[in-house]
Amino acid sequence: MTLSSDMQLLPEQLGDAASRLRDRGGRMQMVYAWYPEPDRLELRYVVTEPHQHAFGVWICKPQGAVPSLAGIWPLMSWYEREVTDLFGVDFHDHPQPQRLVLHEGVSPVRPPFDPNYPPGATLAAEPVKQTIPEIAGAQADVQLLPFGPVRADVVESAEFVFFYIGEAILHYQPRLFFKHRGMEKRFEGLPADRAVILAERVSGVGSVAHALAYCQAAEAAANCTVPPRALFLRVLLAELERLYNHLHYFGHLCHTTTLKVGEAEGKLLEERAKQLNSRLTGSRFLRNLLTAGGLRRDLSPEGWLGDELEKLRQDFSTYARRMENTGSHLDRLITTGKLGRDVAFDQGATGPVDRASGLDRDLRRDHPYAAYGQLPLSVAVRKDGDAHARAQVRMAETETSIALMQSALSLLPDGPVRADFAVRPRSEGLGWAESPRGTLFYAVHFDSGGKLARVKIKSPSFSNWRVFPYTVHETNMMDYAINEASFGLTIAGCDR
Amino acid sequence: MPLWTLIGLLEGKQTAAWPLRDGEGGQAGFIGMPRYHPERCGEGCKACAEACPTHAITMRPADGGGERLEIDYGRCVVCQLCTEACPTQAMTPSSDWAFGVRRREDLIWQERSDSPSDAHAKARNGFRRSLHIRHVDAGSCNGCESDLQALNNPFYNLHRLGIFFTASPRFADLLLVTGPVTYAMLNPLRATYEAMPEPRWVMAVGTCAVSGGVAEGGYACGHGLEGVLPVDVYLPGCPPNPAAIIQALLMLLDRMPQRVRGGQLVE
Repeated sequence: MTLSSDMQLLPEQLGDAASRLRDRGGRMQMVYAWYPEPDRLELRYVVTEPHQHAFGVWICKPQGAVPSLAGIWPLMSWYEREVTDLFGVDFHDHPQPQRLVLHEGVSPVRPPFDPNYPPGATLAAEPVKQTIPEIAGAQADVQLLPFGPVRADVVESAEFVFFYIGEAILHYQPRLFFKHRGMEKRFEGLPADRAVILAERVSGVGSVAHALAYCQAAEAAANCTVPPRALFLRVLLAELERLYNHLHYFGHLCHTTTLKVGEAEGKLLEERAKQLNSRLTGSRFLRNLLTAGGLRRDLSPEGWLGDELEKLRQDFSTYARRMENTGSHLDRLITTGKLGRDVAFDQGATGPVDRASGLDRDLRRDHPYAAYGQLPLSVAVRKDGDAHARAQVRMAETETSIALMQSALSLLPDGPVRADFAVRPRSEGLGWAESPRGTLFYAVHFDSGGKLARVKIKSPSFSNWRVFPYTVHETNMMDYAINEASFGLTIAGCDR
Repeated sequence: MPLWTLIGLLEGKQTAAWPLRDGEGGQAGFIGMPRYHPERCGEGCKACAEACPTHAITMRPADGGGERLEIDYGRCVVCQLCTEACPTQAMTPSSDWAFGVRRREDLIWQERSDSPSDAHAKARNGFRRSLHIRHVDAGSCNGCESDLQALNNPFYNLHRLGIFFTASPRFADLLLVTGPVTYAMLNPLRATYEAMPEPRWVMAVGTCAVSGGVAEGGYACGHGLEGVLPVDVYLPGCPPNPAAIIQALLMLLDRMPQRVRGGQLVE
């Protein structure tokens, strides 16, 4: 999709346009900034129009501060704070005008994406406490627990702050972006093909989704048609990624509900899936295959992968049935971490989290890419919005995923897997993928020399971390780990 | 309600024989570091150096004039672009993954390898049987974490080797670091190291922790543990597979030999 049918908006028109989008049943996806010229900054709003395959793009050239849309679309709050941190754009009337991506206490000489940011300058962090809302009428028995960024077990770094009395959590605030690597800026100046290596390493357990969304964005910009065999193999790779991620999810969820054998079983199934990945591609994370124009080399899944997947499906199905029949496990999931449909929509939940709260959205069906348009896909939706609903959506998706792979294998055409890819100078494209955790976007801009001028990454965990605290406030400590596991969040993609 | 314990027992032992006995240890098909065959290099060819996204392959002045390739596996993200760019198959895909080394120099390809340095061996004897690890994610992509978590699945079952992850740095012998060390993780990482009792060791797991990886050189990242903490074992890989991590841990404990010297697998 090239972004040719864009709409130009003045800052003062944004509020109206955002309200009208909401009234006609559309959805705001994100805003990002970039510099088309070193002295000219542009904001890009990406929106979903009801029943349209292509995403809409609004272009706004800020003159001074821009009105915040967080009052109309609460999910926009984080995107706007990120643009403020990294580009220095002010949004007026922002409900929470604090640092997000850069930590408080960091004072760069210029915003890191400013064209005049000194090359080679690294940020320095002064240990400053984050701004935490005051709890009205808080007495001495309200305890504050800061936990992290180095936590127990082998986990990603983040700090969680709990206000609590005894077992009851009054307020919860995660502090993320300890892992902010400035990945988007690392893309700048790279040629299109080499950037795939970077995209694969934004989020390790989302390597395929990231590479795919990036490649599709670059292919849209270059108007490149990918050969059919590569399109089907891309579906296969994307679903293999979903498979090992979802299997990991169940192992981890059983860990939090202390179902020990269930934990071992889930982790063993995940290991089997990763070993299949390795056998098929040489990489347990399915890396080093995708490229702009198709795949770097052909794969040979014919004759063996289908049988292995069928064995895995049978074992998973037994495992899933057992979990669904285990009272102690279900007791800990049902009613835990309830996320209502309205909050899910307003705060921008995505993926299985979104679908477990009654929102029927899946990019594979609604905005098909690769070969998904040619394959049957049923989208699992639940209404309860609790940890159990989130687990059930992933259970159904695991089985759908294997069925999709079997269809893709049976329809897999012969032929080349790579088309010629030539960048057009000053072109741009938007790519997307339904990653195991939900909507992933790459917006890609090439400069006059055909090198990358800007890459914006919208990862699903960025969306779901924004939503997650709404299910933690006013719950209890015992449920926290279970609830967190039921969201299936990662941090690397969110922090970038 | 299912009888989980009985089901678990009926499943039988699922753990790999390796490393206690021979076996492929679940690594079938895994593609590791590209292997260098200097004799196949074309005159003046720079294709691999130009393809390498992390400057693991660079052109350096040669002793007798002209230029030569320098290959630093500590910077390699295993992307295989060099093996595709090379017109003469001087860089080939391989299954070489056991790349844990004690000296950073051992990751740089050399014509003739030095003999192993076992200077640290004695100091670690006390820990030969058991090891407690504190892991710190200093800004990884979560790939390394995913395969570190795999170490405790029934297939690798790290506990059987007497190696445990611990929550508190106070109980830890080894600090295992992943990620390129972001500006925001620098202080928490140092604080964790300071909280560990001596003697203590540090292992850099993954190319990011060894040298910075793909994120190196940006506004938010350093060069891995270089200049941050003293490192006892370097394990590049993107990410290193679970067997490579086990091999490196056992190497730290002197229970397995170092297999790479001068950037080459030696037996």
